Amino acid sequence: MKAGLSLEVKNLSTTFETPLGAVTAVDGVSFDVHPGEVLGLVGESGSGKSVTLRSLIGLIHPPGKVTGQVTWNGQDLLSVPPGRLRRVRGGEIAMIFQEPMTALNPVLTVGLQVEENLRAHTALDRGQRRARAIELFDLVGIPDAKRRLENYPHQFSGGMRQRVMIAIALASNPKLLLADEPTTALDVTIQDQILKLILSLRDELQMGVVLVTHDLGVVAGTCDRIAVMYAGRIVESGSVLEIFDGPRHAYTRGLLASVPQAGAERGPLLAIEGTPPALSALPTGCAFGPRCSFANDACRATRPELAEIGPGRQVACLHHETVAASKGQFA
Amino acid sequence: MTDPTLISLEDVGKVFPMNSSLLRFMRGLPQSRVNALNGVTFEIRRGETVGIVGESGCGKSTLARCLVRLHDCDSGRIRFEGNDIAELEGANRRQFNRRVQMIFQDPYSSLNPRMRVRQILAEALSVHRMRPKAEIPARIAELLDTVRLPSDAADKFPHEFSGGQRQRIGIARALAVEPEVLVADELVSALDVSVQAQVVNLLLRLQTELGLTVVFVAHDLRLVRHISHRVVVMYLGRVVEIGPTERIFSAAAHPYTQALLAAAPEMDPRHRNTKPAARGELPSPLNLPPGCAFNTRCPLATGRCFTERPELRATEYGHMAACHLVDAHAVSA
Repeated sequence: MKAGLSLEVKNLSTTFETPLGAVTAVDGVSFDVHPGEVLGLVGESGSGKSVTLRSLIGLIHPPGKVTGQVTWNGQDLLSVPPGRLRRVRGGEIAMIFQEPMTALNPVLTVGLQVEENLRAHTALDRGQRRARAIELFDLVGIPDAKRRLENYPHQFSGGMRQRVMIAIALASNPKLLLADEPTTALDVTIQDQILKLILSLRDELQMGVVLVTHDLGVVAGTCDRIAVMYAGRIVESGSVLEIFDGPRHAYTRGLLASVPQAGAERGPLLAIEGTPPALSALPTGCAFGPRCSFANDACRATRPELAEIGPGRQVACLHHETVAASKGQFA
Repeated sequence: MTDPTLISLEDVGKVFPMNSSLLRFMRGLPQSRVNALNGVTFEIRRGETVGIVGESGCGKSTLARCLVRLHDCDSGRIRFEGNDIAELEGANRRQFNRRVQMIFQDPYSSLNPRMRVRQILAEALSVHRMRPKAEIPARIAELLDTVRLPSDAADKFPHEFSGGQRQRIGIARALAVEPEVLVADELVSALDVSVQAQVVNLLLRLQTELGLTVVFVAHDLRLVRHISHRVVVMYLGRVVEIGPTERIFSAAAHPYTQALLAAAPEMDPRHRNTKPAARGELPSPLNLPPGCAFNTRCPLATGRCFTERPELRATEYGHMAACHLVDAHAVSA
């Protein structure tokens, strides 16, 4: 295995108290991220992918409760003292948020916001911090770095703001980058630039990356492995090629088929009927059961556990062989 | 024989004045203006689906709003069956409003939260006197069935529905008045992928059943390719390329369209590019570069592109592009 740190997540659960009772937004999620690897967390809104990411580095505030184990560099991030966690967060593990406009402080210049991170996580002096900030802006492709450091967030376009966020995240050479829908608010040509930037930085710095997204095209273009989430649980995981070639969970299969493909213009898309269940009213058995064309009584009685079906390949479906065999229907 | 052209846009322009600052006024500078649409000319034929694509700020939503006369255009004209829609008055204008319907992007803000679905649909029906009062409940049930909503949906409020269902209510409201043209502005972009497919299937079915003409404004190229007969590509308020869908996707002539297609993420993990498709960002619409608006990002721009603005020119198969290099591209592509 290559040098670097891996993240191991075991049985992560996050619950929130609501007026309707406790809601489990993330339910027993386990995955690993290796150095230099891009893991895609895929799912629709409300599937728990963003909450998973936030739970990893203690961004869930009470009364939200996080249980399980997040092992990083020999320590469990869920039980380390807050001071220790703060040194890891923003230092070894950095995060990029979806909304660059709300995640940046509007009343501080972006230069100050980059230096803030450097002050907290490095021993550089003032001049060195300045030089490093300029270097970072060059790295993420913000032209005229020296002058731009004096600007405020509102003086940047959406794509440029996202670059500033990435510069802040990269300031202290993180070993792991958590990216929560980093390109969802951006136009395709800018999205393309930002994703390529993240990938080239991954190669240069040997970072692990967890990329949360709902866009399967983004997944196909950037991720090495993916974990598909539905109603707070991982329902399928494996390498990108394996999953795109032969999805084994009916939900993954439906997601892939509902994206229009070239060559089938104006034909009906294979839609998944119904809508995702509310987390406060999950059906018994498999959460996807009511929308699944493969479901039978067994699916309604017991909830399928995520089971290993091949090297690095897991699926939580009782009928995964039938699903794999039915692939021809939309290929 | 009927004219195949239903709506024609002739040199349509729309200008939004910006809030002027005191400082600008004191310096004697003119009020700044955004040219949201600039000389947009194309035709929409009866029964076809026209996809309008472009990045944010390219004027595609403004265009959709001009088509249904939510905005009046500042120059040029839009003709519906040969009549300038800006000059329609009285009964003719009401007829136009009925025949051309819009479905909005945000299913959360485009329905009145205090009205039940029944009231929302009945309002549309009674404003245009589509049915005698006694027949309205039957028509509402019929409409809900058309968009595949359960019949008990009529007595619920919009907040009781999911995003996809609300978008169906929006479609039912538009269909209530038996329109001929549907203008759908980012119809499914607020919806989850699995629900998007349901709404797209519904739209395709309704179009075949009711013979609708559809103007589909979207930024998702895969979706536009799937449902459109023809595609209009816009950049900074201008049409840069227009043509039959398959031509645009297989032999795009304009460098911007090519970049847009290359940047769109592909569904095949085996095809990966490591180089970004387009460099730079959109220039500010307040301060457009002279010549071709794409010259700041175009990898092929030559001297001529910085001085002279290219006009839309026909290549072949009803395909038009606004680029000085268009002939060279047609050969290389």
